[in-house]
Amino acid sequence: MPASVSLQGYLILAAVLFAVGLFGVVTRRNTIGILLGIELMLNAVNINLVAFARFNGDAVGMVFTVFTISITVAEVALGLALVILIFRVRRTAIADHLDLLRG
Amino acid sequence: MTLETVGFGVVATVLLASSLAVVLTPNLFHAVLYLAAALVATGVVFLLLDQPFLFAVQLLLYAGGVVTIAVFAIVVTERLVGDRITQTSRQIFSGFIIAGAVLVGLLTFILRAPLTRPRPPLAGDFTRAIGDAVLTRFVLSFELLGMLFLAALLGALYFARPDD
Repeated sequence: MPASVSLQGYLILAAVLFAVGLFGVVTRRNTIGILLGIELMLNAVNINLVAFARFNGDAVGMVFTVFTISITVAEVALGLALVILIFRVRRTAIADHLDLLRG
Repeated sequence: MTLETVGFGVVATVLLASSLAVVLTPNLFHAVLYLAAALVATGVVFLLLDQPFLFAVQLLLYAGGVVTIAVFAIVVTERLVGDRITQTSRQIFSGFIIAGAVLVGLLTFILRAPLTRPRPPLAGDFTRAIGDAVLTRFVLSFELLGMLFLAALLGALYFARPDD
């Protein structure tokens, strides 16, 4: 085992986390479950940003990470507000039942 | 085998196990709790990369904010249909195919990339560097972020208004 974790180690961890999140997004039927999968994918992106920034010794990647974390939190708050609103109108939170736009 | 390698192994195991639990557990409420564990584990990965400030941001915003909002949404959307908070998954096979194909593509790219740069020693305080960059070079993006939060706040208020 190497003395220190290489950049590839962090990138592989982030890639696996991204794939797990994508699996959740594809397979979950509840909209809240889909949002949780998106959270996992965004976390993988943050790990990538921080790892690249640390291995380059540059703080710009950290700034981007702060921005992405903030934007993600706003997105989740608004997404869950949308879920609650859809539930109030349609009485369901299952993505398959939300076929209002289907022709 | 250094402390960092052992810590990375432990954190990676916890992170992947809890994220798999997020997408596989049938109980939606348990999925949110596992997501909290995965988010804290991601914060510890930031600590391993010498970023205590991002660890604090991760804990405050993600593990504090997102988990609270998600639990609130579950309570609102599930209590009215009964005490059933189970959820099912569909198309597990095709989901596995899609996620596996993306993973194989990413891993091929990562393993073939010439990433041989060693980790540089810690040069100065990264937290101070982040603060300097945010308020000088990225000050416009920072202000736009404030506008985004204002818009999100107004949008959430608009959605949450009572029917009249």
